[in-house]
Amino acid sequence: MQRIGVFVCWCGSNIAATVDVDRVVEAVKTDPNVVHAENYQYMCSEAGQKLIRDAITEHQLTGIVVCSCSPRMHEQTFRKTAEAAGLNQYMVEIANIREQCSWIHKDKDEGTEKAIILARAAIAKVCLNAPLQPGQSKVVKRALIIGGGIAGIQSAIDIADAGYKVDIVERTPTIGGKMAQLDKTFPTLDCASCIVTPKMVECAQHPNITIYAYSEVEEVKGFVGNFNVKIRKKARYVDETKCTGCAVCTEKCPSRKGRNEFNCGLDTRGAVYIPFAQAIPNVATIDATNCLHFKTGKCGICAKNCSANAIDFEQKDEIFEEQYGAIVVATGYQISDVTKFDEYQYTKHPDVVTSLELERLMNAAGPSKGVLVKPSDGKHPHDIVFIQCVGSRDISGRGKCYCSKICCMYTAKHAMLIREKYPDVNVHVFYIDVRTPGKNFDEFYRRAVEQYNVDYIKGMVGKVYENEKGGLTVQAVDLISNERVMLDTDMVVLAAAIEPSDGVKHIASMLTASIDTNNFLTEAHPKLRPVESPTAGVFLSGVCQGPKDIPETVSQAGAAAVKVVGLLAKDYLVTNPCTAHTDETMCNGCSSCERVCPYGAISYIDKEVMDKGVREVRRIAQVNGALCQGCGACTVACPSGAMDLKGFSNKQIMAEVDAICK
Amino acid sequence: MQVNENSKEFKPLIVAFCCNWCSYAGADLAGTSRLSYPADVKIIRVPCSCRVNPMFILKAFEKGADGVIMCGCHPGDCHYTTGNYYARRRMTLLFSMLDYLGVDKERVRVEWVSAAEGQRFAMVMNDFAKKITELGENVKLGDIRCKK
Repeated sequence: MQRIGVFVCWCGSNIAATVDVDRVVEAVKTDPNVVHAENYQYMCSEAGQKLIRDAITEHQLTGIVVCSCSPRMHEQTFRKTAEAAGLNQYMVEIANIREQCSWIHKDKDEGTEKAIILARAAIAKVCLNAPLQPGQSKVVKRALIIGGGIAGIQSAIDIADAGYKVDIVERTPTIGGKMAQLDKTFPTLDCASCIVTPKMVECAQHPNITIYAYSEVEEVKGFVGNFNVKIRKKARYVDETKCTGCAVCTEKCPSRKGRNEFNCGLDTRGAVYIPFAQAIPNVATIDATNCLHFKTGKCGICAKNCSANAIDFEQKDEIFEEQYGAIVVATGYQISDVTKFDEYQYTKHPDVVTSLELERLMNAAGPSKGVLVKPSDGKHPHDIVFIQCVGSRDISGRGKCYCSKICCMYTAKHAMLIREKYPDVNVHVFYIDVRTPGKNFDEFYRRAVEQYNVDYIKGMVGKVYENEKGGLTVQAVDLISNERVMLDTDMVVLAAAIEPSDGVKHIASMLTASIDTNNFLTEAHPKLRPVESPTAGVFLSGVCQGPKDIPETVSQAGAAAVKVVGLLAKDYLVTNPCTAHTDETMCNGCSSCERVCPYGAISYIDKEVMDKGVREVRRIAQVNGALCQGCGACTVACPSGAMDLKGFSNKQIMAEVDAICK
Repeated sequence: MQVNENSKEFKPLIVAFCCNWCSYAGADLAGTSRLSYPADVKIIRVPCSCRVNPMFILKAFEKGADGVIMCGCHPGDCHYTTGNYYARRRMTLLFSMLDYLGVDKERVRVEWVSAAEGQRFAMVMNDFAKKITELGENVKLGDIRCKK
């Protein structure tokens, strides 16, 4: 007979308002295994925990059930409490009577009945619990950062500064990300390159940081502290160790049809290219789809002109494996597809551009050398219209339902920069709402309106069309004056929604990290664990978790780095003892379990077994506790019922079913 | 509209197996968001949907459950990479077996609910409870010796 203690928490009024806690206590006392039951206002408080500790000692409890909030919230707390009172921490079960009972039911009788049943199920389970000892697993003191934008760079520097090795895997030929493409940053209007390129250099020169640019994560195996990652280093057809970045080849390349990704396709580049002058690593890359050598077998001008002899047409993709203790996802964002909003003529008229394209047009290193010109004819525009929320806050299903957060601010920045540099240009902004929460943000927006006379018009644009003069006409409604607006303009800038980069789904599934309906990675807890993924050892940095601006990204990157450092500082991690195990007398060595195990934790040995008085050598399954993650796939696959899972055994689950169906 | 006195009184017993990483967290989110669903649904936490032995479901029916629902991570999102694929196959087999035994297949359901889908969790449970209430008490498989 077990000696079980039941502790019912009121959680203030969160539970007590819909569950009659006294009745729950009375009801569970009728269970023959329960020797003690009580309720208290806040079980998780120090006083509540003391109550539990005292009861364990006083009543010599062999197991406890805490009827409280979700085990995802306080299971650890109560396990520690039990441990402190000398009870094995795995002799604790939680009945979730808050999230799954009091918070969702209004009727007190109904809530109380359900709470009693949930408590009984937990009691039935805890009676069958066995004391378990957690194991240990070694932590590999190296971190992997996926994505080399400002988020990845910041996380890498912070982790490296703490003394741990960091590898950055970036899929494009250079690190720097979107920030390197920007002209100025709000609200200080300092030059983006001037602040990001020194960080890139710091990364490249840091003794603890290795950059794998033009590389992708191919496969992730293992678990927290012990990830085994395959990285594909894509062929650049240029020997990185020899290339000096002199850029002679990029000038000599006769193929000029490559889309210049760095300038958002506003101009072209050679087949051999360096994305931008400050690229890190500063080496050329050959884009095989445009290269004449790969197309025709001839050319090779780059190789002839390369004094360092770095061109290598024979180069192949290289796959290598590396071990990591922690992984930071910093995959960032991309501009969402605006072609779905073609009433704004984006695909039809070259003078309709996205904000990122405008950013390149205004950048001194951009296609127009920083002179604001219309992409159609290279002439100076006299009137520019900005359209906000293109694809953001959209409930029609064409765009994204969320607010992209950064657009209001960068549009104010663009408007201000244009008015500052070209006072003759009229700037109009069509908006639904102007959202400027942030330090010095609203002041910044007001400066655009008050000091720079930017014309903000509340209302969405219905359509944009080419007028007879060759310019553009914007048709909209001013929601304040309630009048139709027809505006002739020279350029239209679309503040397109931002969305997670397209590879993020693949990366999330490799890491078994969860993503939300918008493909943003989900955090372990929206408030209390915002930089951790629910998957242990995986951390989130930057826009991959949700739209955010540069300062927020940098702070989140730092926060993720601290979490990584906290993990890497440990030599060993405590492993979950809830693993599978075999009943040697029942196992017949059929291999069914081995086939379903995703971790390769099951192997077979020939072992002498004593069964029903007969001693014989049998082939039996063996579970490696360090590799087993406790999913339980093998327990169901086992035809003879020899495989069981500690903590979630067949008997325990059956007992819960019985208790619920009583 | 006529209301059948019996069906109005009938309170089904529903057992829900939820995987720890997605669906159980989804149920928590439904709670945190105060999205209600019938109290008839009682959740059992399992590490993964692949831990649910079809025997558990048969056991629930034997003991008098009127409906059993199993929730896991969306295919491709399993915390253990492949667990829900195994679960899906096993349940397909169980469905055909239940069909053979004459148990209405609609009494068992498999749903994928992620940790972010509190709303979906409540919706799924409301819908399933409504369906089971319509179907009424489960008479097949129930062991009279375990009669409530």
